[in-house]
Amino acid sequence: MKSPNELAAHSDREAWLPLLELAAREVFEIMLGCKLELAGDTVNPVPSEFTGMVGLAGQLCGVLTMRCTAQSAALMTSKMLGIDPRQADEHVWDAIGEVCNMVAGNFKNKLSGMGEGCMLSVPTVITGGDYTFHSLADEGALEVRLLFEGVPILVALEIHS
Amino acid sequence: MDKVRALIVDDSSVMRKIVERSLRQAGIDLVEVREAGNGAEALGALRDGPVDLILCDINMPVMDGLEFVRQLQGVENARGVPVVMITTEGSESHVVQALSCGARGYIRKPFTPDQVKEHVIPVLENHK
Repeated sequence: MKSPNELAAHSDREAWLPLLELAAREVFEIMLGCKLELAGDTVNPVPSEFTGMVGLAGQLCGVLTMRCTAQSAALMTSKMLGIDPRQADEHVWDAIGEVCNMVAGNFKNKLSGMGEGCMLSVPTVITGGDYTFHSLADEGALEVRLLFEGVPILVALEIHS
Repeated sequence: MDKVRALIVDDSSVMRKIVERSLRQAGIDLVEVREAGNGAEALGALRDGPVDLILCDINMPVMDGLEFVRQLQGVENARGVPVVMITTEGSESHVVQALSCGARGYIRKPFTPDQVKEHVIPVLENHK
């Protein structure tokens, strides 16, 4: 049986989706100078040539991932650094990891009382889309599909109880 | 404002470049910028001579930002040098912990150049 705290936390999770979306929007607007649009459910599947991952541990356990195309990854890097996308290659892993890290941090800071007891891992970035993501998270995933410069990206939070 | 020698500590090279750009956009006249990927590298970078300002992330491999700030007190070149944390760790406990370790300011990522200006300029002015 779940404790009252666990039950409360579980019911809160429905309210987390807009916070996840807001966290991503703020990072892109402030650090990349561009607005994300909602992609809607018709965009399926979201291409994942680059996958950024940040683990969360403590009061909130899980993995936050951001998936995008190689072209979007290069464009994000160019916008962060103010360079041409063709010059972004050497920085793209670092940039995707940092965007993912900021979205994860911004999201947890928006969870009332949760940020205090939750730590973030150093980011990991996977390149190449020929893989299967299998999470052991038992509380399901929150997913937000957004358009970055017209191209879909996926921000997801896999939650462990 | 006087010319400033800065040390930027972050495990992301992209973020180090963004922080440097934000400092220049804030009107800070950077004459020297040293970079380090973690706290241990930063302690090493201080052996090359003193700096006037340190901007430091918290979550880093090898040595995190809080441990770096603690150890900084024992480094002759760095005693009294103002440290501003720039981090995704935005909880009150992290802010309190950083300030009690000796940091003079705290900026949460994501940040605007204006926020960098707002937090860093007073710290530099108080250090004169």
